[in-house]
Order: sequence, then structure tokens, then C-alpha cells
Amino acid sequence: MTTAEAAAGPRADLAPGAVAAPEAVADPGAQAARATEAILRDTLHGAERGVVVDSPPGAGKSTLVVRAALELAEAGRPLMVVAQTNAQVDDLVLRLAEKNPELPLGRLHSSDTDAYDKALDGLPQVRTSAKAADLAGLPVVLSTAAKWAHVKTDEPWRHAIVDEAYQMRSDALLAVAGLFERALFVGDPGQLDPFSIVGGEQWAGLSYDPSASAVTTLLAHNPGLPQHRLPVSWRLPASAAPLVSDAFYPYTPFRSGTGDGDRRLAFAVPSDGSGPDRVIDEAAASGWGLLELPRRHTPRTDPEAVRAVAAVVRRLLDRDGAALSERSDRPAPLTAGRVAVGTAHRDQAAAVRAALAKLGVSGVTVDTANRLQGREYDVTVVLHPLSGRPDATAFHLETGRLCVLASRHRHACIVVCRAGVGELLDDYPSTEPVQLGTAVKFPDGWEANHAVLAHLARHRVSWRP
Amino acid sequence: MSLITTLARLEAVRTGRARPAATVRHRHLSDRPLVFVPLTTAGEAGAPLGALVGTDRDAPRLLVVPQPRDRDLRFAFLAELADIVLPHLESCADVVERAERAETDPGTGKRVTVEVDLCADAAQLIVPSRAGIDFVRLLGRSMRFRRTAEQDPEAPYPAPPRVPLLGRWLTHYAERARVPGSSLLLAMTDLLGRHWATGQSTLEDQHLGALLAWIDPPEGMSGAEAAERAELARDPAGQLLCPPAGPATDPAFDNRLLAPAIERYDRARAALAAAEDGLEADERLGAVTAAEREIRALVESRTRPTWDAVWRGLDLLRTLPPGARVEERWTRDRWSFTGHRDRVLAGEPPQPRRDDAVTAANKLAAREREQARLEAQEALDDPLVMAGRRLAGEAFAGEVVDVVMAYSEGKRPSPRPLVTVRTDDRPHLGERAKVYRSLDGRPQTAEFVGYDEQAEGGVGVVLRIVDKMGRGKEPAAGSVPEKGDRVCFTLFEHEQRGGAKLPDPERTPWTHGGPPGEPAAPEAADPVTEEDLL
Repeated sequence: MTTAEAAAGPRADLAPGAVAAPEAVADPGAQAARATEAILRDTLHGAERGVVVDSPPGAGKSTLVVRAALELAEAGRPLMVVAQTNAQVDDLVLRLAEKNPELPLGRLHSSDTDAYDKALDGLPQVRTSAKAADLAGLPVVLSTAAKWAHVKTDEPWRHAIVDEAYQMRSDALLAVAGLFERALFVGDPGQLDPFSIVGGEQWAGLSYDPSASAVTTLLAHNPGLPQHRLPVSWRLPASAAPLVSDAFYPYTPFRSGTGDGDRRLAFAVPSDGSGPDRVIDEAAASGWGLLELPRRHTPRTDPEAVRAVAAVVRRLLDRDGAALSERSDRPAPLTAGRVAVGTAHRDQAAAVRAALAKLGVSGVTVDTANRLQGREYDVTVVLHPLSGRPDATAFHLETGRLCVLASRHRHACIVVCRAGVGELLDDYPSTEPVQLGTAVKFPDGWEANHAVLAHLARHRVSWRP
Repeated sequence: MSLITTLARLEAVRTGRARPAATVRHRHLSDRPLVFVPLTTAGEAGAPLGALVGTDRDAPRLLVVPQPRDRDLRFAFLAELADIVLPHLESCADVVERAERAETDPGTGKRVTVEVDLCADAAQLIVPSRAGIDFVRLLGRSMRFRRTAEQDPEAPYPAPPRVPLLGRWLTHYAERARVPGSSLLLAMTDLLGRHWATGQSTLEDQHLGALLAWIDPPEGMSGAEAAERAELARDPAGQLLCPPAGPATDPAFDNRLLAPAIERYDRARAALAAAEDGLEADERLGAVTAAEREIRALVESRTRPTWDAVWRGLDLLRTLPPGARVEERWTRDRWSFTGHRDRVLAGEPPQPRRDDAVTAANKLAAREREQARLEAQEALDDPLVMAGRRLAGEAFAGEVVDVVMAYSEGKRPSPRPLVTVRTDDRPHLGERAKVYRSLDGRPQTAEFVGYDEQAEGGVGVVLRIVDKMGRGKEPAAGSVPEKGDRVCFTLFEHEQRGGAKLPDPERTPWTHGGPPGEPAAPEAADPVTEEDLL
């Protein structure tokens, strides 16, 4: 099998709910429901030990996990849920408790202080403990992969759900796989791959490469497992889903759950004609905006670009935005909590936070792509990972990084970037060594970046601060 | 590259001399390192051309393979190498001290402390460059699966007795070299590059001659000039004045000097084989010896400058005092050395060609832990490294301007003093972020509470100290910083937690291809191909 087939083959012919062609204009709700039914059927009644579900951004992954968990519990199968971070685990516990207030839940946590969200203490059905033995017998027990790795058991759980499985490393799965008999693996293949702080080239190409993703290893050893895909993104608006699908999921397209005009962003305060205001208007109208600063090589924390990001956020909040969506008949005000800023590096995030504080903005989430994974906002402002750089490293070209940054929004995404990224990309094609036996990821970061840039160019506002 | 490294490199460019990147030595240096300067044959992966090796800088042993593609000569080289390296390793393996180690009792499954041997010192191997480490790994792999005549009388090309054993040791050293902070096998370019920042790129730093030129340029020359000379200057015959540190050789040397010399050697050998009587053979043997001597002189002329450069590098490094935690990391190297010694003594087979899933995961976890440990320890050992972390927002230092006693809520209130630190650093402190300081070598934890804009003389960071204050209601003496104290807190942890225990390889789960079938027969050496033979 060539690497291209390895990447595209097993998923290109996914039966349930595949939307290969635009003529499949069936109601997105029905389409998604069909996919979910097939997944639950394989999970509850299938013969295989594992089921893999690929979920594009905002396709209802968490909803699926909650529903599968409830049905497995209903069927009387002891269930363990493995998520990657404590915040994810707490979120799942809260959602499960909301859906079924009768179902006893176990939250296994670490022995650190503040190991879990204190909101769980208010739920009578949730038992929390740092010891797995205290939670024995509960129908559903949830924890992080890191905590599960320390659990010893003589009798494995009948079933497991592994959430964010594409962000879980193969070695983390190795540590917990002995705890369950069967499992449902759910995740987004387009987001950031797991990483290691030391080199693991010596294992590249091995089916169980410990720094690869858990799903890669799982499928290498169990190629026959059923693989499903959620076909509809409920988060991304009609303006964003085609771009994100084409640029980052070329072989597994998905569509938006909403149509053109279902989501609208309007501002009560008119534009003052400045760059930030013009790009905000462009993004409100089209879903995308590119605020392009003059070409220049800059340090990572480019002060002008950081100030531009902060200025855009300030104006977003000052102009009394209102977001109308299919969720309600009345527009919801665009508040600080519904806006996020995404960067590539932590020091950039820190610089943006400081700049926002200077402008008196608080409550806006500012974080790196890694930490924004799985989160959702109405409007995002992104500092382009390649802005002002003299070179394009593998880190900055990583497909998943751009994908996360470009797919967190329900209404609009504004990218702040220095001119010249296109030329930079042409000067630095990917030069990562090819490792034998490793499936090449498609698309590569170079191609995905070009696709996004080409689209953004149509929504460009040039500005000299 | 961190900001402080960029800064140091810019300064190096401006001053024409490398700038220190460390104030202490961050790697262990043995009193008696074994220096190994190998050369390889162009176009023949893993075919050694020769080497200088030894522990005495004035008397290196020269080993040469006059015809690198001759399997017998290659084995003779490896046998000779084994006769030098193995006794050195064994001299360390034989001296042990008693040490304690926690083990899992196979009967009860409980953790118990057992007393075991720990080698009092481990042999340290130093090669000139990172490519030298790869070459050691390649040599190890090419040797460890070989069978000696004693092991397998049928083997078509039996290896000399001690060669497979040397292969196992070199494999262990090369594998250990991948562990961050380990010092069993070190490359001189890495060592120097860790402690000095030059005015050239890290890629150029891989040239030992150029690197030394920046650190210690000759009288009257700037580092840049000396580095350029080291890289490019050639004698009238077109040969580099400073031969590359290897194991690859300069093509000009290969084409103009080495190839003709090997050809003369081949011709002399062919003539010897064709000799018809004893007298003629004697004469022609003289020609072979002369041709061999010529190759030996060539190899020595290319390795000796590198040999001297390695020792010069060691001299430079020894001017730095060792970091406080270097010894602790070296002890880990000694455990690693002892562990391998024990596996060899127990008659275990050579390291497999590929790690199994569990071993690979264990190794990766151990290396990640060591990397984090190394980064923390280097910063704690060295104010210059800590300055880099402070500049990156990962630590901050300052003066305590206020201490307010406070207590935790609950039945037994514990001290939770609030300490305000005035600092000019700009740490990236998140809400309730944990920070750590070293208190008598042990980490004390505090929690970030907020900023105090009114602190005297600038912005204050308000912290709540949460541990290491003793059991009493009042904090133990000296456990809480006092007003006027200089303190340094880090956002990174000082000590690493052990990871979770992975299943035994026999219990590899279904997700990772397990459980494994019957253990396969011991791995055979690489099959002999046509290219292996002349």
C-alpha cells in the first residue's frame, strides 16, 4: 500500500453518512442522525473490539460520547471513559449528569489539590475519589488517560470510550488498554498531533511508535475495525465549513449544519474606517477577514501585530455586536466570553493578554492552538503562525495548528498577519525527512496553508498601524 | 533558539569570540575518558577506515584497515578495538559498591528494598562529533549479532571472540547517548556547544575545528576568521589544513591521497599472492608492509588533529566547575552501566534490532522525564541558564518586599503565608499557577495569587506558600522567606514524577499487537550480500 492510499484509502469509502458529492443535499440533521445510528449499532452490537469515529471540528463529538455512554450504561455494561485533560473529563461528567440525573457516575481524579471541577461536588449522583477501588461497581467511571494508567484491576471493564483519541499518544493507550475489553475511539484527525519533547525517530515507522497517535497504532494492528465519520459540522458556519473541509479534510469532506444566512453577525456601532473596523465588517459579512500588516521580519511577539490583534478585539467588543444563529430567534450579544484569540506560541498569547489588559479588555480567552482544541466561540481572532517569520519550520507548518485556529468559530474568524507569507511558503517547502513505514499525512502543512491563504486573500484589509 | 541564546550569539559575532552559555559544567567528565576518533570509508556505510583510540592524550593507539572492504581486515580492526575498549570497560565493571534499589518482589508483588552492586565508576567514551555517536551505534549494530566460532562452528565468517561483546557494549552506549543529560557517550561538539555560544549557526557548530576556533581563537585572529580558516583553508596540495572531525573524510583526501594509496596496497597484495618462491614473497611482503605503512600514516595525519582538538576541548571544559546536580545524573549513568554489565553477565542475548512496544514506550517516557529533569537541574545549577528561563517568562527572581501571615481554613489551620516578590522579570503566570523555589535543595511550592501594583519599587508578585513549613501551626524556622530576601521562583517543577507502570511485554494489549506469540529464536546477523564481499 502506498502512503497516499494508507492515508486516504480506509476512510474514502466510509459507508454511513459519507457526503462525497454536493448532490447529497439531504437534511444535515438526518444525515448526522444516520451516522450516529450506525456508530451506536457497531458500538453496542458489533463483533469487533473497537470502533473508530472521526469527527471534524464541531461535529457533535461530545454529544456522541454522552449518548454512547448513556446507552452503554443502559445496556448494563460497566463503562470507563478516558479523556485527555481534567477539563474534558469534568465537562463530560457535567453533560452526562445533565442528560441523566439518575445515573451514578464516578469521577476518578488525581491526588493534587483542585484535581477536579468543584461543581461536581454539587451533584449527588457523582462520586469523586482518587482511588479506583472506591468507585468500583459504578456504571460509568470517568478519568484522564494519565490517571487511568495508574489503575490496576483484575477484572477489566466491559467497555471503554476513548475521547480525543487522535490527541492521545500511542504509549498512553498502551498503559490503559489492558483495563478494557472493547472500546469506542472518538477524535478529530485534523487537529494537532500528539507530540513528544524528545526525539523518537528511532521508532518512526514501527506500528507501535510510542509518539504516534493512539488511533494510528490501533488501526495498524487492527486494520479491520469499523471506522465511521460524523458528516456535519454544527459549529462551523456555511462560510467556513467548505474551506476547512477542503483545506484540512480533502479526502473526508464534511458540510455545515447551517446554510448561508442562518448565522448573522451585526454591529450597532458603525465602522470608523480604521483597519480593525474594516476587517471586522468584512468578517461579519463573509465569515472571514484578513488584516494584513506591512511585510516585515519580526520577533515572535511582534509588537505591532500583537497591538493589532488587541485593537481588533477591543473594537469587536466596543461596537455592540450581536450574533444571530439557529439556536434562538433573538440575536445574542457578542460578549468577551464569546471571543477568543488564538496564537501559535505561549509567549505570543502572553503578549496579547498584556496588550488586551492595557486596552482594558478582560474575559477574552487568549491561548495557543494546543489549548484551544475542542473549544468554541462566536468570533476568533488569530495571529497567523507564520506572520513575520523569516522561515517556516515544521512546527509552524503543522496542519493541525492552522486547522485548530481556523475552526473554533461559529460566526467569523479574523486573521492578523504580515504580508509575504505566500512567498515565505514558496521559499520553504516542507523538508521533513520521509520515514519509511510512516503514513504521510494529507494534506501537508504547506498545501493547507496555501489553501487558507488563497481564501483569505479575498477578504483582505491592508492596514498600516 | 531561546532569546538568551540568540543574544549570546549576536554578542559573539560582535566581539569575535564565543560567549559563555553556562557558568558551570553541565556534564560529567571522567578523569580517564576513553577518546575514540573513528574514520569511515566513503560510500561504504559501516566500513571503518581507521581510528585513534585511548585514554592517554600523548599515546593514542592507531588502528587502520588498509583495505576497508576486506572483511578479514575489518574483523582484525574490530578485534583490536575490542582489545582496547573492553579492558577499559571491565576495569570499571569490576569495582563495585553496595547500593540499595527498590524492586518489586515477584512473589508478593510488594515494593521491597534490595541491596545490589553498583559500579563505583563507569567508563566514559568521547567522540568528536554527533556523527561519531551514530558511527558508534552503527558499529555496535554491525557487531552484536555476529557469531563467534565458539558460538556457532558453522558460521561462514566467524567473528573474533570478543567482537560481539564489544558490539553489545557500543550499542548500549549509543542507546544511552539518546537519554538527555547522560554522559556515558558524549560528542565533543555537543559538549562545547552546550557551554559556549558561537557567532555561527548550530549546524556550523558541528565542525569541531570551527567551534574551537570561536571558543579559543589563535592569537591575533577573530573567531570568525579562525573558524573560516578551519573550515576552508587548504595547503598547496589541496588538502584541508584542519581535517573534518569525521567519521566522514574530505573528498579531496579520498581522491588524491587515500584512493591511490589503497590501490598501491591492493597491487602489492596481488603481487604477493602471485609470488612464486619464498624469496620473491619476502620481497613483495616488504612492499605490502610499506603500502600499509603509507595508509597508516595517512589515517594518522587525518585523525591526529581531531584527537588533539578533542583533548583541547576537554581542557576547556575542565576550566568550568561541575554543576551541583551533575554527580546525581552521573549516578544514573552508573546504574545504566551496571545494568548492562549484569545483563551481559547473566547471559542475556544481545539487544534486539527493534524495541517491542512496551520497551519503546518505557524508553520514550524515561527520556521525556530525563529531559524535563535536565532542563530544571541546569537552571537550578546555573544562574546564566536560569537567566534564560527568566527571560522566557518561565521563572522570576526578585526581592521579598512583604510577608503577611495567613492560615488555611479547616479544623487544623496550617500556615499559608502571603509573600510579595518585587521583580523586573515578566513571568507568564496563569491564574493560580504553581511556582517553585529551591529550599535547601528541595522544592517548595507556592501559588500565584495576583499582582500588587502598589508594591514598593515596582510590580509585586503575590504568592501563597503552601508546603515545606513543617507540621506545626507556626512555620518552621527558615521555611518562609523574609522581607529583604532575594528569591527565585520557577514555573517549572524541579523534580519529576515517575510515570505509570506499563504492562509486561508478555501482556502487550490487543491495541498494540499483543499478546506476542512464542519467543522467536535469537536474531541472526544481517544476511551477507554481494556488496559485503570483495
